Amino acid sequence: MLNYTFNWSIITSGQYFDWLVTGLLTTLKLSAVSIVLAFVLGLLIAVMRMGHNRPFRWFAHVYLEFFRNTPLLVQIFFWYFGSYKILPTFINDWLNETGFEFAAAAIALTIYTSAFIAEDIRSGVLSIPKEQMEAARSAGFSYLRSMQYIILPQAVRITIPPLVNQFLNVAKNSSLAMTIGVMEMTYQARQVESYTFRGFEAFTAATVVYLALSIIITALVNIYNEKVLNAHKAA
Amino acid sequence: MITFKGVHKWFKKLHVLNDINLHITPGEVLVVCGPSGSGKSTLIRTINQLEPINDGSLIVDGMDLSDKKTDLNKLRAEVGFVFQQFNLYPHLSVIGNITLAPTKIRNIPKKEAEEQAMALLTRVGLAEKRDAYPLQLSGGQQQRVAIARALAMKPRIMLFDEPTSALDPEMIGEVLAVMKDLALSGMTMVVVTHEMGFAREVAHRVVFMDNGVILEEAPPEDFFMRPQHERAKQFLRQLLTPMQCECP
Repeated sequence: MLNYTFNWSIITSGQYFDWLVTGLLTTLKLSAVSIVLAFVLGLLIAVMRMGHNRPFRWFAHVYLEFFRNTPLLVQIFFWYFGSYKILPTFINDWLNETGFEFAAAAIALTIYTSAFIAEDIRSGVLSIPKEQMEAARSAGFSYLRSMQYIILPQAVRITIPPLVNQFLNVAKNSSLAMTIGVMEMTYQARQVESYTFRGFEAFTAATVVYLALSIIITALVNIYNEKVLNAHKAA
Repeated sequence: MITFKGVHKWFKKLHVLNDINLHITPGEVLVVCGPSGSGKSTLIRTINQLEPINDGSLIVDGMDLSDKKTDLNKLRAEVGFVFQQFNLYPHLSVIGNITLAPTKIRNIPKKEAEEQAMALLTRVGLAEKRDAYPLQLSGGQQQRVAIARALAMKPRIMLFDEPTSALDPEMIGEVLAVMKDLALSGMTMVVVTHEMGFAREVAHRVVFMDNGVILEEAPPEDFFMRPQHERAKQFLRQLLTPMQCECP
C-alpha cells in the first residue's frame, strides 16, 4: 500500500523554497527574452521570405528549413559547446562574464522559435486578400511600409492563436536549458529532489508553476487581442 | 494631365490593351465603359501603375511612367484610387483609415490630419461614423469612406474602378452623389462604370472599349444618341433594356 507521507512544507518554505523561486525567476527571464526576440526575428524572417529580394528570400528559406527541422536540444548544445570554438575570444569573454549558459539557451530558443513564428506569420499574411496590398500601394506606401502599417497588423491578429502556442512552447522548452546548467525551474526542482529525495513534491511544484505560467501567457495575449487590437470590432 | 500614346499590354498571350491613344485634360471627367473583359479596368489601373504597360508611352501629371526612374510611390500619392470592393483597412477605424497615408507619407501632424479627415467625412455625410470600423458600415458607407480616404492625400487625379458595382441598388445613389459633387469641384476624374445616368449627367467625355481597343470616344450626348459602332449600339441596347437581349 501507499506508505509515502507527503511533506509539502519542504518546498513551501526555507532554503528549498528559495531555490525554486530563483528557478522560477530564471525561467521567466529566459522565456520573456526568448519570446520577445523570437517574435521580432520571426517577423523579420517572414518579411524576408515574402519579399522581392532574391538573396534575402533564399536566406530566409534556408534558415526556416534548417532551424525547424533540427532538434532544439541539439541546437542548444551547438550554441553552448559548438559556438565557443568559432566565436572570437572577446565575445566569449564577454559571454562568460554575463552568463554563457543563459545566453546560449536564449539564443537557441530564440532562433528555434523564430522559425516557427515566421511560418505562422507568413501563413497569416497569405490569408490577407491581395486587394489590401493594392489599396496600400495605390495610396503611395512602399512594399515595406505597406507590410508595416496594413498587412502585418492584420496578419498578426489572425496569427494570434498559433502565436500563443509558440509562446507556450518557449516557456515549456526553456526547461531544456537545464541540460547546459542554466539554473531554471526544472534544474532547481531536480536540485531539491537530489538533496531531499522529495521528488514528488519538487516536480509537482514545477508542474504547477509551468501550468500557471502557460495560463497567464494565454490570458495576457487574449487581453491584448481584445483591448488593444479591438479584435471584436475589426473582425 | 494624362496622355496615352500607343499603349499596349498583354497578359501572357491575351492582348488586353491594344494601341491606346487618349488624352485627358485637367478638370475633365472621363467615363470609361464597355463589356466585361474589354480592358477598361486594366486601362484605369495602368494610370497609377497597379498594372505596368508593355509598350508605348504613358505620362501622368508630368511623370513618364515608361521611365524606370519615375518614383511610383510619389506618383501614387498624387493619384487617388477607389476600388470596386472598397478595400478599406479592416483593422483601423474610419478616421484611422483616412489619416494613415497623410500622417505616414505626407508627415502631417496627427491632429491636423484628423481635422482634415473630419472635414472630408462631413463632405461625404459620415461625420458621425468617425470611430466606427469598416465592417460595421454598409457598402455605400464604406465606399464613401474610401473616397474620403483617397481625397485625404489631396490627389490631383481621382480614379474610380466600378465604384458602385458591388453595392445594393439603394446605396448607389449616395456614392454617385459624392462623385458628382467631386466632379463639380473641378477634380480630374477617370471613372469606369456602367452607371449611364452618371455618364450622361456628369461626364465630359465617354470612352467605349471592346477587346482592348477604344472603339468610341465622344461627348455623352453623342455617344448615347448617335453611337457609331455596331458593338456600342448593342452594348447600349442591352444596358438600357436588358430583358430584350439578343442572345444567340
